[in-house]
Parts: sequence; C-alpha cells; structure tokens
Amino acid sequence: MLRNTRTSYGTVAIVLHWTIALLFFAQIALGFLTQAVADRPRLQFDLYQWHKSFGFLILALALVRLAWSLSSIRPLPLPGVPRWETTAARTVHRLILALTIAVPMAGWMIASTSPLMIPSFVFDLVVVPDLPFTRSDAIEAFWSRTHALLAYGSGLLALAHAGAAIHHHLLRKDTTLARMFGAHTVR
Amino acid sequence: MRVMFFAISLLMLLPVMPARADTLSALRGRYVVDPSSHIAFSVAQIGGGGIQGVFPRFSGTFDLQPGDMAKSRVTFSLQPESVATGEPRVEKFLRSSAVFDVEAYPTITFRSTAIRQEGSDHAVIQGVLTARGIAHRETFEATLVKRQGQTITFHVVGDLMRSPYGMDVGTPIYSNVVRFDMMLNGRRR
Ligand code: HEM
Ligand code: HEM
Repeated sequence: MLRNTRTSYGTVAIVLHWTIALLFFAQIALGFLTQAVADRPRLQFDLYQWHKSFGFLILALALVRLAWSLSSIRPLPLPGVPRWETTAARTVHRLILALTIAVPMAGWMIASTSPLMIPSFVFDLVVVPDLPFTRSDAIEAFWSRTHALLAYGSGLLALAHAGAAIHHHLLRKDTTLARMFGAHTVR
Repeated sequence: MRVMFFAISLLMLLPVMPARADTLSALRGRYVVDPSSHIAFSVAQIGGGGIQGVFPRFSGTFDLQPGDMAKSRVTFSLQPESVATGEPRVEKFLRSSAVFDVEAYPTITFRSTAIRQEGSDHAVIQGVLTARGIAHRETFEATLVKRQGQTITFHVVGDLMRSPYGMDVGTPIYSNVVRFDMMLNGRRR
C-alpha cells in the first residue's frame, strides 16, 4: 500500500523515511569531511560540490515528504504508550522533518551569500541559482555557523530519535520500529 | 543630431590615431617585455560570469628578425604566485596544490617554436608552454598595436585548455578553457 493507514506506514512514507535518514547521516559525515580536508584543496573543492549536490537532493526529497505527510493520515500510537511519549515523539518528528528542510536551506544561504559565487551545479546536471541576498565574508560566515549548528544539532536529535526507536524494538519489544519497515500494529 | 555629433567626434579623433603604417616586416631587434605590460586571464563559469585575473610578475623577450617572422623568437615566463583576482580566497586556491602549486612550480614558461606572419600586423605564435612541470604545445595570436621610439606593443590572445597541465579542478563548473588577453610592451635593448 502506498498510503499510510491507521495501523501502518505506506510504502511512500517508508521509502522516503529510510532514503532521507541514510542521506542525512551521510551528508553530515560529508559536511564534516569538507572541513577535515582543508589541507587538500583539490579534494576539498570536489567534496564541497558533492555535498551541495546531495544537499539539494535531500532538500527536494524533504519537500516531497513534507507535502506527503501533510496530506496523509498517521498511524495511531501503539496501545499502551504513555500520552507524553506520543507527544514527545510527534514533536521530534515534526522538528526533524523541519530540520531536513532548514539545514539545506541554511547551506543554500552559504552558497548564496558567499563572495566566491561558486555555482551550484547539482550532480553536474542542473544549476540551482543562488538566492538573492547580499554577499560578504561576514554574512557567509554567519550562515556557515548557522548551517553547522543546525546540522550537528539535528544529527543529535536524529540519533536520539533512532535510539528511541531501537529502545522500543529491543527493550519494549513492540512494533514501533517494525512499522517503519511495513509491519502493522500488533496489539 | 546624435549621429552628426558622433561623426564629428570620430573625425576629430582621426589625427591622433596612428596611421597603420607599422608592419611586422619593418621590426627588428631584441626587445624585453616591460613591467608596464598587462597579463590578464579569464575562466568562464556555468551560468555566466567567471574568474578574471592578472599576473603582475612576468618577464620575456622578443627577438625579431627583420623581414622574416619565421626566424623570430619569443620567450615568456610568469610567476603564478603573483596572481591577482580581487578575491584573496580565490587567489589562495589558485596558488595551492589544487591549481598552480606555486611552491613546487614557481614559474610558468612559454617558448616559441614557430611564428607565422599573417597579414601586415598579425602573427600566429606556436610554442611550448610549461606549467606544473608539464610541457604542451600552445598557440597565441599577436597583433602589433603600436610602435613608438624604442617600444613596441603587441596585443596577444590565446585560449588554453588547463586539463593537460593537471589543473582541471572545478570543471565543468568552471570552463576548461583559460583565455589569455595580454598587452605586451617590448622595450628595445
Ligand atoms: C537509523 C536511524 C532511524 C531509525 C531507526 C528511525 C526509526 C523511525 C521509526 C520507527 C519511526 C516511526 C515512529 C512512530 O511510528 O511513532 C520513525 C519516524 C520518523 N522518522 Fe525516523 N528513524 C531513523 C532516522 C531518522 C532520520 C535521520 C530522520 C530525519 C532526518 C528521521 C525522521 C523521521 C520522521 C520525520 C518520522 C515521522 C514519520 C514520517 O514522517 O515518516 N528518522 N523513524
Ligand atoms: C540536509 C542537508 C545538509 C546537511 C545535513 C549538511 C551538513 C553539513 C555539515 C555537518 C557541515 C560541516 C560544518 C562544520 O563542521 O563546520 C556542512 C558544511 C557545509 N555545507 Fe552542508 N549540509 C547540508 C546541505 C547543504 C547544502 C544544500 C549546501 C549548499 C548548497 C551546503 C553547503 C555547505 C557548505 C558550503 C559547508 C561548509 C561551511 C563552512 O565553510 O564551514 N550544505 N554541512
């Protein structure tokens, strides 16, 4: 089933979730790597371009996901899960969904405010134009810091989220995690 | 009215423009490239714009044989360390191992191998350019612009591919083609 039901996630939500989850963690590692190879400028340049390309891919997928999730019903909380936990989980889901959009947007702001004006030639296929903002070293540095902060912050949040899912699976032995692989709620 | 004004302005300019009597065939002697020369380059980027810069440090000679361009010689070398683009981060990148690697290869040299005169004031210069320790054939077009006393000025242009020299970083975002546009003032020795 493509769509979510009251007891299960649909294929679209599942594929989007795991694709974005994988890309997002890999992208944080790649972003970190761009800073770690500062003494190898050639490699650094290439990694930056890959980072921007994957960043725009994540942004596009996250926007699709936002639209999909706004037009979908959600599976009901598992029976027996305290209300505060459900609320906390929902809040975190909304937050990380927003961050998968905000983080690449902040990255786009770096490219758009940098005086270097390096085009974003996504996967050497399409040029994504810069956003119309004033360029300066100081404004670029501000967005670099913001982007890094949001990226590492959302990485931590996503780890906590993943930890909670694994906790449900291993310790509570409920279907929380299995539902994200297509299982239905088991009472 | 505008057209009239324009025409009159042009007429007034006429006396200051040199008569095009200068031809390559009349040149002779050994000239050193004067520091007042201008070595500009540009690399286009996708979506318009690109990188423009100059190399303020260079040296060179023209050895011109009267009436026979084919026997003339040109040598030129420049210090890539001096590259100026107006953006310090771009300059740092160009000097780095990603592009010129100025620590390992402090000079870029050109030595002509064949010069062919085409028309009275134009010549095609073939030669060997060495950058990053890699030698490769290149061609430049030179036009005699001015000859005044002991100095002659050539406008020299040429399009080079940077990939043969191991400088292909940034392609295809930045073009593989580097366009050189130089005003070379030679001072007679
Ligand atoms: C390997 C690590 C991850 C695991 C094990 C995991 C697991 C899960 C599970 C089990 C759910 C369903 C929760 C429920 O039904 O209440 C879920 C939902 C969700 N997860 Fe993850 N997740 C991981 C990584 C991520 C990452 C990296 C992101 C974002 C970048 C993310 C974003 C979301 C969102 C937004 C939801 C809400 C449902 C939806 O919109 O599809 N997850 N996750
Ligand atoms: C979900 C998408 C993205 C994630 C998770 C992400 C993550 C990161 C991380 C972790 C860093 C390293 C920060 C540091 O250590 O200083 C980084 C750096 C960077 N990112 Fe992203 N990024 C994403 C999207 C983008 C996009 C779309 C662009 C541009 C179009 C971009 C441009 C950059 C740039 C230019 C840097 C280097 C900043 C600096 O100079 O410090 N990122 N990114």
